Amino acid sequence: MFKVIGTRLNQGYRTSPYPNQPVRLSSRFRGLPEINAACDPAIVRRCAGLCPQEAIAAEKRTIDLGRCTFCGACAQVEDGAFVRFSGIFEMGAARREDLIVSGALPDLASHAKAHFKKLFGRSLQLRQVSAGGCNACEADTNVLNTPFFDLSRFGIDFVASPRHADGIHVTGPITRNMRTALLDTYAAVPAPKVVIASGCCAISGGPFYGSEDIVGDLNSLIPVDLYIPGCPPHPLTTLHALLAFFK
Amino acid sequence: MASLLRIGNGEVVPRQHIPRIDFPRFLRVLTDFVRCNGYIVQFFAYPEGERMRLLAVLRNSELHVVETEVERDYPSLTLLAGAKFNLFEREIAEQYGLRPNGHPWLKMVRYHANASGRPDVFGNDYRTDIPGNYPYYRVEGEAVHEVGVGPVHAGIIEPGHFRFQCAGEEVLHLEIQLGYQHRGVERLLTTVPQRRWPILCEAVAGDTAIGHNLCCCQAIEALAGLDVEPGARTVRTIALELERLANHIGDLGALSGDVAFNPPAAYFGRIRGEFLNLLLELCGNRFGKSLVRPGGITQAMGKEQRRIICAKIKELRPEIIQVCDLLFSAHTVLARFEYTGTVNRALADQLGLVGPCGRASGLEYDVREFFPTERYADLPAITNRATNGDVYSRAMVRREEIVHALDLIEQLLAAPEEAHQPVRSAEHRLAPASFVVTLNEGWRGEVSHCLLTDDDGALLRYKIKDPSFHNWTGLAMALRNQAISDFPLCNKSFNLSYCGFDL
Repeated sequence: MFKVIGTRLNQGYRTSPYPNQPVRLSSRFRGLPEINAACDPAIVRRCAGLCPQEAIAAEKRTIDLGRCTFCGACAQVEDGAFVRFSGIFEMGAARREDLIVSGALPDLASHAKAHFKKLFGRSLQLRQVSAGGCNACEADTNVLNTPFFDLSRFGIDFVASPRHADGIHVTGPITRNMRTALLDTYAAVPAPKVVIASGCCAISGGPFYGSEDIVGDLNSLIPVDLYIPGCPPHPLTTLHALLAFFK
Repeated sequence: MASLLRIGNGEVVPRQHIPRIDFPRFLRVLTDFVRCNGYIVQFFAYPEGERMRLLAVLRNSELHVVETEVERDYPSLTLLAGAKFNLFEREIAEQYGLRPNGHPWLKMVRYHANASGRPDVFGNDYRTDIPGNYPYYRVEGEAVHEVGVGPVHAGIIEPGHFRFQCAGEEVLHLEIQLGYQHRGVERLLTTVPQRRWPILCEAVAGDTAIGHNLCCCQAIEALAGLDVEPGARTVRTIALELERLANHIGDLGALSGDVAFNPPAAYFGRIRGEFLNLLLELCGNRFGKSLVRPGGITQAMGKEQRRIICAKIKELRPEIIQVCDLLFSAHTVLARFEYTGTVNRALADQLGLVGPCGRASGLEYDVREFFPTERYADLPAITNRATNGDVYSRAMVRREEIVHALDLIEQLLAAPEEAHQPVRSAEHRLAPASFVVTLNEGWRGEVSHCLLTDDDGALLRYKIKDPSFHNWTGLAMALRNQAISDFPLCNKSFNLSYCGFDL
């Protein structure tokens, strides 16, 4: 008993001040890329050529955040002459094409599906489905339930049954062996429902693109309402996306 | 023993030096080997032109390699030499359609068509859903009932199917069917450019990104003859220990949550994140993705990073010790942990368990000590004291390894700073007609990658083994004659990887 109280006092209050106050992540965190539109085309082509994810379109000078794993290889070329990664972790998007960036992302909060805010703004229950995820996305979604992020203070919870859920949160490149289970789970959620694609795997197949054993694009199976890029998305990226999209 | 070639961890061997013996002799050699304290690191098939070869990497206090040639089928080693071969043979049957005759329980592993075009060993039509043409094992009886769970589970975890045969609350048998996470990683690796390999290996199991990617990069370094600076090796060692710390601490928190003792669950949940954030400080990713690349690391550890890690460990160590004391001195916790889900030493040995689960059952095997890579040869080993094989022992091993890992990192940071340069991405020419196997002690145990190149230096076969491949059977056996309500606790005490197994 005394140990419980003693440890409790020692631990104190640890919840993140976000979103009431801005937070800064480590200087090495790679968030929203800053693209130099005036960069030498030869350098842009070099960046595109070494991107393992084929996320860079050299002619259009864009990066597809739905494919990018934020490995930072392109930012090493000529000391970031074409790409540098900023510390901006707010990267959710309501439309797939918005993730193909040449600069800033559209403001997520003013997306077109305003009725979701009315429906789910005060209470949002999500069913998480891991469909081939490497467990990094799952783990960094799970941490939203720790005291540091304390997701439930916003009225958002992950629930056990799809029948209790307002939508599904999908991670992984959707393996062939999970396709039916995913569709069944989606069908079991009562309408109206939302679909969230979390991490580059669910958006584009991620590192596994080209494999015969995956579907690779959640949107080709069911209509996606919210995209959260990353490999995995930082917990704050997910938190921001949920708050901006639904609140 | 002349039939075996002794090899080193990460040592390139020309493939023609690998002893190729006929199957009867192969069977005899492997049977003798596993009976005398020998274990299997890798056992897989690969095609060589029209022929199929079986290659085995074995370990006792040393590593050995041997191979043989087979046609369409061969006598089952599981039947003749023991359970250590069980999953390996099933995997070979699934990947290349080679049947182990007489295998006592030949069922699919991950549910996918084989790569050789041979008739399917399991009689599956892969257009139908997993598990396909497979009747689950059933216990018959008036009082017997079946509980099926998954693939979609109640929490935020990966998919897998569990089937319990129960009499009342007691579990008579647990059957675990995985494969839902199968992404075809091994096959993909042989078809994509080298620059994708580290990214793919970091996603074999995201919670073991450093462990798997180290295996991949060490193998490329060996095959391409790349040198790694000592300073970079220090950072890689620190990263592997940070990964261990984050996961072990998370596991203790989750175990605490599973017995409804919430304070340590909350505290450890947060402290786990602190270690992930240290990986973020090192490389910009909370799981250490993008840190390790062939030839070294992508971002040098500077004064700032050293200072942050040192200060954080100093701050967290007393907290961790206090919360551990809170957890391990609560009698309600001990009542649930002790004598639950026991895998005794003999059984663990028979199954070939590895990592903390093996050590908790008294199998003293740690890659860091037996086949050290990176800086481990200079660092002290750990001896685990709790070896009863129950949930308590598996929790205790983690507690001891947490303190040990903190010591290791502090020792590495106390040493004089060694300058090192970040590596840039490049495609490396690999030695032709070569073989290499790499092993690292990930937080779950022995992670191993094995690469074979053809005469042009192109990748012929990439074989990955996550420690979970050995240990899932341990979980199934731990549940025998336990209450079904203890399943979450037993499961968490193993905390195995679905995606690492499914590949």
